Amino acid sequence: MGIGLTHYLVLSAILFGLGLFAIITRKNAVLVLIGVELVLNSANINFVAFSKFNKLNIDGHIAALFVIMLAAIEVAVALAIVLNIYQNYKHINVDEVDTLKE
Amino acid sequence: MLVEIVFWTFAVLIVLSALVAVLSKNVIYSVFALLFTFFGVAGIYVLLNADFIAITQILIYIGGILVLLIFGVMLTSNITSVDIRSGQIGVFHTFWAGLISLLVIAGISYIALSTNWATSSSHSEQKATIETIGNSLLTNYLLAFESSSVLLLIAIIGAALIARRK
Repeated sequence: MGIGLTHYLVLSAILFGLGLFAIITRKNAVLVLIGVELVLNSANINFVAFSKFNKLNIDGHIAALFVIMLAAIEVAVALAIVLNIYQNYKHINVDEVDTLKE
Repeated sequence: MLVEIVFWTFAVLIVLSALVAVLSKNVIYSVFALLFTFFGVAGIYVLLNADFIAITQILIYIGGILVLLIFGVMLTSNITSVDIRSGQIGVFHTFWAGLISLLVIAGISYIALSTNWATSSSHSEQKATIETIGNSLLTNYLLAFESSSVLLLIAIIGAALIARRK
């Protein structure tokens, strides 16, 4: 049994579902970010897999590169916001943060 | 045969470590399990002939994003208190969240398995992709490349401004 396109697609579907579960169930902002990272990784696996098996040549790789770059930006800005929330609230539970400014 | 062994090894590694990252009660365990997930995904990229993406994955995800996440855990948790535990919602909500996630997994997998993808099986060329990626970044994708550099600059300034102590 050879490893085909569907193997990679199912693997990325499982990764997507796990990331979605983390985003839904976790209160800690860092764990929500971990879920977002898992979802972005699953999307990247899809891009690269289609790039190999469907002769998208290099376009899928470029899309994956930009997704990785955006993930880095997102984590940097989100971490800054999380640190600010921690200074104001002394915790980072996303469901209890309900005011924009003290 | 070797491809099968490598794929299943990395697939099991990815799924197990992602499960630990998602289900663990300790934030530190989650972040370190994420390390193995990222390594596994990098291995999958190598298996897909995407050498440059694999290196970028290791450099940016493991060298950058994971370190930032560990910083986030360390700076926002009191190690001495129980605050390092991740807050979790009740059993009822967890059950429904798990059900929804399983339904999403099943739906996407059904679509992936039942669709007749237009695959072209003749992937004979195995050359390095770095030269091609560099050429297309500076020709076809030049606008996206340059605007992403501006976006990075804005993000750095914004993050520094937000995180600065008043």
